[in-house]
Amino acid sequence: MHHNSSSYERYERQILLKEFGRTGQQKLEQARVLVVGAGGLGCAALQYLAAAGIGCIGIIDQDTVALHNLHRQVLYGMEDIGHFKATRAAMALRRLNPAITIEVFNERLTVKNALALLRAYDLIIDGTDNFSTRYLVNDACVLLNKPLVYGAVSRFEGQVAVFNYSGDGQPAANYRDLFPQPPAAGEIANCAEAGVLGVLPGIMGALQASETIKLLTGMGKSLANRLITFNALDNQLYELQLTAQKNTRNLIPSDAAAFEQMDYDGLCGIMPDPLEIGQQEFDALRTKDNLLIIDVREYDELPAVPEFDHIHIPLAGIEDKFPTTEADTIIVFCQSGARSLQAARLLSGKFGTARKIRSLAGGILSWKQQH
Amino acid sequence: MHVEIILFGQLADIAGSSSIVVNDVSGTDALAKTVNILYPGMAAINYLIAVDKKIAREDTALSETNLVALLPPFSGG
Repeated sequence: MHHNSSSYERYERQILLKEFGRTGQQKLEQARVLVVGAGGLGCAALQYLAAAGIGCIGIIDQDTVALHNLHRQVLYGMEDIGHFKATRAAMALRRLNPAITIEVFNERLTVKNALALLRAYDLIIDGTDNFSTRYLVNDACVLLNKPLVYGAVSRFEGQVAVFNYSGDGQPAANYRDLFPQPPAAGEIANCAEAGVLGVLPGIMGALQASETIKLLTGMGKSLANRLITFNALDNQLYELQLTAQKNTRNLIPSDAAAFEQMDYDGLCGIMPDPLEIGQQEFDALRTKDNLLIIDVREYDELPAVPEFDHIHIPLAGIEDKFPTTEADTIIVFCQSGARSLQAARLLSGKFGTARKIRSLAGGILSWKQQH
Repeated sequence: MHVEIILFGQLADIAGSSSIVVNDVSGTDALAKTVNILYPGMAAINYLIAVDKKIAREDTALSETNLVALLPPFSGG
């Protein structure tokens, strides 16, 4: 591949590494990498992969930037709040390296779109923030035989591994060789509940980028069939050897048709809450009298909602700032349905059964997609 | 017989320490039973048991020289 002088200059300090060289640079330029989740892990991995000159990077995330993301999701700034993460991450990466191609998917990875999307890439990076998508990505990578660079964090600790790739002819382990079945809902706290040190996903995401570059160029010894954990509080590293288990394959859908029938949310115990209503029920209710609809997002969050009457009380003040109202039905909504469910629980605690309290499942983002 | 166990994630939070020592356990099944009694919060978590850095899927005999680790899954990103 031809290198013009500015492209040589950009990558000179890594081309100087004899293990990497011009051949390594060419391999990165020809590579297609998909990053699932543009959160804390994804931001760190994306930054280094774009800087290193990965030829094509795909980013899939359905979420939008919020203020509480900024302590760890370092590709975003204040002006990105309310905008799609994948779009805004791509903008930041294009400023960093205009020579590479970035493909943006502002949508959730589902059983319907996963196989077609993942098939178009050489390697997948798992930067997701929930078990449902982690198992979905893992199973799709097994079906498609794609290397998966896994990362996960909680509080002060992180895990990184390379799944579905062995490099030495040994059977390749995947996530289900580590944890065969998803935990039940509520068994393991997520970042929103347990908190996370901002720099931690930065460290782990950078490790994911490093493993990706090693796999693509063939340098060094990868984390294939190994998992490492890192604890930022005491700097302890722990390494676990992974072995592909005979039974694991039985847990994974046998083919594309079986995969598309999988209910990963259900598997992870994500059942609809009795306080939640779907879009149809919401649309039927929202034209009725004696109804109050409340947006519980922060005041500056987008998209705006001109489609129906509502008032605005951010979640933090939902109990204290709740207005005097005659309404017997109260519906709360937020971006994706998590904060509004919290608000609905708080209001149910306040009003008991005196009023009908409901939360719009999937939030205003998925409502807008259907309207 | 004392076996040292290192704990990760929520398991360390439940125990209030990143390592614990348990007595008189001959294998990993007995160890899990003892740990879940000592720390009932752990019984609700589907953690994996590793002995000398390898996952123990079936009951594995333990001696004082083994390093045991209990790892919960992490979901955050």
